[in-house]
Formats: sequence, structure tokens, C-alpha cells
Amino acid sequence: MPALIDLILAGERVDNHFPWARAVVAPKMWSFAVEQLVEGHWGLLGLWGEPGVVHMALLDESARDIGVVSLVCPDGRYPSVGRRHPPALRLERAAADLFGLLPQGAPDTRRWLDHGQWGVSYPLGTQRTFSPTASPYHFLPAEGASLHQIPVGPVHAGIIEPGHFRFTASGETVVRLEERLGYAHKGIEGLMAGSDIDSAAKLAGRISGDSTVAYSLAFARAVEAALGVEVPPRAVWLRALMAELERLANHVGDIGAICNDASFSLMHAHCGVLRERVLRASDAAFGHRLMRDRIVPGGVASFLSDEGTTAIWSLIAQIRQRFPALVELYDNTASLQDRTVATGRLRVELARQYRAGGYVGRASGRDFDARRGLAYPPYGELTFDVPLLQEGDVNARVWVRIHEVEQSLSLIEQILRQLPDGPIRIDFAQTGGPYEGMALVEGFRGDILAWLRIGKSGIVERCHLRDPSWFQWPLLEAAIEGNIVADFPLCNKSFNCSYSGHDL
Amino acid sequence: MRKHLFEGLARTPLTERPPEASRTAIEELARALDGAARKRLGRSLSIRAVDAGSCNGCELEMHALSNAFYDVERFGIRFVASPRHADVLLVTGPVTKNMREALKRTYDATPAPKWVVAIGDCAKDGGCFAGSYAVVGGVSEVLPVDLHIPGCPPPPIEILKGLLGLLEGVNSKAGVLPD
Repeated sequence: MPALIDLILAGERVDNHFPWARAVVAPKMWSFAVEQLVEGHWGLLGLWGEPGVVHMALLDESARDIGVVSLVCPDGRYPSVGRRHPPALRLERAAADLFGLLPQGAPDTRRWLDHGQWGVSYPLGTQRTFSPTASPYHFLPAEGASLHQIPVGPVHAGIIEPGHFRFTASGETVVRLEERLGYAHKGIEGLMAGSDIDSAAKLAGRISGDSTVAYSLAFARAVEAALGVEVPPRAVWLRALMAELERLANHVGDIGAICNDASFSLMHAHCGVLRERVLRASDAAFGHRLMRDRIVPGGVASFLSDEGTTAIWSLIAQIRQRFPALVELYDNTASLQDRTVATGRLRVELARQYRAGGYVGRASGRDFDARRGLAYPPYGELTFDVPLLQEGDVNARVWVRIHEVEQSLSLIEQILRQLPDGPIRIDFAQTGGPYEGMALVEGFRGDILAWLRIGKSGIVERCHLRDPSWFQWPLLEAAIEGNIVADFPLCNKSFNCSYSGHDL
Repeated sequence: MRKHLFEGLARTPLTERPPEASRTAIEELARALDGAARKRLGRSLSIRAVDAGSCNGCELEMHALSNAFYDVERFGIRFVASPRHADVLLVTGPVTKNMREALKRTYDATPAPKWVVAIGDCAKDGGCFAGSYAVVGGVSEVLPVDLHIPGCPPPPIEILKGLLGLLEGVNSKAGVLPD
């Protein structure tokens, strides 16, 4: 099995790319990398564009190494990755919409983020204004006797983000689900390009509201990697504390919401109380319920007072007291188990192929967690387990969350006990450049990739952030097949993919 | 399950005292509501949430309104699944160009009398997303907005104050603000 570093060494290594290497490669090497993805030797972490260049981030799990390969394509054409490795398909469609980069041989060339509403084509590449002729979107066909279609969205029945689901059903059974996303596309990467680091950090914290801590952390770590900034120890630990509080809030909220979609509102009510308690403790500790803008490049923006520490300790005590009874309730309610067990099964092979992150991957046998796999600080000094199940159904995704709640509680206790004193933020100045940095951070939903280039004047020239949902949304289409339409909300909530994080 | 239900009986409720309705909300609404509409609604409001491109932060806090601490339904405020059942559209996010049409259609599907409440800083004027090729701007670029609740995101208590202001405005006599 080839090592990723050999591929990088065979290419033209780019200076000032940290902490992992980037190389400009020849088309032959690009195709070699694609073959390694197909063989499953490496994982696809992301694929994004710049005018005339396409980048691909790769993960070599066995060597715990990450690398970026870039292919220069002045005419905008490059050999499609998605043709051989389907997880890249939607990323390629997005890069085509934004930059006009055309993957040669791609089986799906429909537009993805561009719904014909922007007034421009290729807004981040060589822009072309065009007269809006919103052409109909052609959904993939499903053929057979007595099939009917159910269109849902972009405005949904609950308090949910916008997206469109096209179901083809045979009676009650879903034959095909196709998602159409992009409704929440705000052009964040376009806004980041040319802005200063602080403004870009604010935007990063507003990519996906439920993961504002994780996104701010990913962005800050990428900046710090690029500029060689050493963050004070207390800030490193406070960041992890916020990340675990965010994970805790989302997981307890999700556990309740999944049960609610099976009409078991008792769990929802109790979990809603726990979630509210986490948000209130976060507010007491860091001055914002979702801890937005609290992680900044160079450190953190809140110190954590003694009162804040007390609030978190008392939160942990409350959850430790209440949560086990809720787990027992989930486990012992047969009518609920009847809905979640064997529903929306995601096969282990698909989870592996798509490198599905978070509870989606870990409920289907994919043993990866960036906190352990890359052991970014302070996780190397903390003790925790990464729960792993093989069943891949809604029930397994609930159980992974339950175990991760327990792990996060323990992590928070460890962090509070070991929290070092000292400054929480360091000012940094930049000389020279451009510098490039990247980071992979474990959000509650899975690993978030951040990549950026900072120019000589301290301006963000290009920043790309890849949500874990890019590799989870397509799997939801697979998991729902053969289930009944009425189980879709349950399956969807058990995945809980981000719309805004994906649409960007 | 029985154990949980019995335990629930013994505990004191978590639900907190209602907050004061937001004065600014009441004043903003006094201008927006006509007397006839106020009488028609009585003490209930049916709300249809529309995410027109938000980061999902405001949605999280809207969800929190239904938890035991805020229990928004005790005020006669409930979230409904269809714009056909709604009195109020609660709109979040900078309106993206890809959502503009859907937002308009949702508004058109809502029977009059109807009100639009814009939630969050980016629903006001696009916030930090203003100026993007993919963003129209604030909700008022697309729909007539009756009330705006600021924040990033506004905490549930602020959303609740705004909605109570809406209810008071709806129920007060024409042209007279409640004390």
C-alpha cells in the first residue's frame, strides 16, 4: 500500500503549507490518487476549487497522515474523481457551479448549488452574468408499475432548514429518494475571500449554528497552522471544554428529537430539559448559549470564571443524575424500539466508502474520530473511548450518541480538573506570506475540514470549509431505500445532516 | 415509563414565570396591526417557521421555546405545519436568492390577516452575509415585516418577549398600547 507522503514527494511541493503537505501534481499522479481512493487505501477529505486549480485533500488513516494534491487546469477541465469514486460527485458539482471547473467524464453534470437564481455563473471563478432562465431540475428516474412521487420542501413542516426531498414510492415503500440542496447557499466562501482574519472567523462561526464552536475551532486552528501561532495552554483546554459542551447539547437534543419523530414525546421533553441546562451552563461559563465567537484565532475570547466552573460542575452532576434513567427508558420502551431497530440501515461498506464521519459512520462500523485519530491538543492528554457499532440502523445511531454523551461528560470532568492557568489569547503578527494552513476538527456531527491561504497583507485569499454532511447526505438516500415513507423523519433525524453547513 | 410519569407528578414544574412583553415590540406592532385584525385573533397565535437561509442558530432557539422552561404553548402560541394554518410567519436568515421564491410562495399561501416576524440579525439586513452574490438581504427585501427580533441568535426569552408583544398588540384596543 503506497504511503500518501510518497505521492506528495513525487509532486511539486508547495512552500508554507502547514501542518500537512500540499503538492502540485501531474494528471497521472492525480489519477493515481483517485485509484487509491477507489481501492480504499486513502480517504477523501475534501475537494474544492480555485480559478484554474482543483484541490483534493486525502487522508492516509494507517499513517495518520493528511495531504493535499492540486491539479492545475488552466482550461478548467480535470479528470473527474467522482467518475471512479462517487463520494466526490457533489463536491465536483459544487466546484463546477462556483468556479466553472469541469470534471471530465463525470456521470452527473447537473448543477448543484446554482439554482439559476444568482444572476451570475461561476461567481468565484471567471464570472459570467447570465439572464435567469431557471431551467427545471431533472431528478433521476425511477421506473416501474404504480410508482408515485412525493415532493417535499424546501419549506418543511417543522422548524427545519430548507432542502428538497423527492421520494419515489411504491405504495408505502420508498423506492428512491433524491435530495436537492443548495437553498441555504449564502456564498460564504466568496465573502471570506478578501476579508481580514477576524471577519472571516465570524463567518466561519456562522456556517452551521449547531456547530459554531467546532467551525470556529477548525478555522482558528487552520489560521494558527498557517501562521505558526502557538496558542496558550489554557485556551487550548477551554476550546476543548466548549467543544464537548457543544457535543453534549447536540447529542441530548438529538436523542430526544429522534424519539419525538417516533411520537415518543416523553423522551423529547426530558432531553429538551437537559439540552436547555447545557445551554444555560454554557451561557454562564462563556457568555453565550451557543458559545458563538468564543473561539478566535490566537485563543479564546472568554476566560471562564469560578462561577462558570461551578455552573458546569453542577450541570455535569445533574446530567449524571438524570441521563441514566432516560437511557433505561429508551432501552425498555418496546414500542419505541419497534420503530428504531432495523430502520434506516446504512451498510458498513457504504459508510467506509463515503468515509462517513460522526455517529453516522461509527454506527456503521467506521472507527474514526479526529480527536483520537489526529489527537490534536488537548485530546492526546485525555482519556476517552470512541463508541463503535456495526448495525447501522436508527437505534445504533441513538446508542452511539448515548455513549458519546457519557464520554463527553467524562471529558468535561477531566478538562475541568486539569485546566491550566495563564493567558487565554495571544496576539499574532504576520510577516511575509502567503501561508496556507489546514485543520481537521471533530464536531458533534463528524470531522470538519478547514483549508485557507492568507496573503501577505493578512487577508484571507481563499478559505474552504467542508462540513461532514457532504459525505452523509448521500448515504441517507441509501439508508432510506426500502423503508416506509413514514419512517423518513426518523431516519433523517438520526442522520441530522446540516443544510447550511453543506450549502455554505 | 410509569416511573417517569409518577416522578414527574412529585416534582415542581420547571416552567418559568412569563417575561414582560418587549416594549419595543409592542410599539413596533401598534403601528403594524389594525383594530379589526386584533379582535379576530383572540389570544392565540399560530406560527409557521420559515428558514430562508439561516445558519440554523435561530432555529435551535425557536425549538427551545417548546421546552419545559419556556413552554410557549401556555400563551396560546403554537407552531403549525402549514402556512395555511398560520397567522404569523417567523422568518430566519438572510434571504438567499435560492430561497426567495419559496419564501414568497409561503407568504402567499398564508391566509390574511397575517404578520411577518423576522428573527435574528441577518434577517434584519443580511447581517454578515450582506453583499454576497447569493443573498437578497433582510426579510423586508422580500416580504413586509411587522416585527424584528434582533440577536445572533436571540435567546428564547427574547423571542418569547417579542411574541408576547405581538399577542398584546393583537389583543389591545385599536391605537391604545397596553400598560
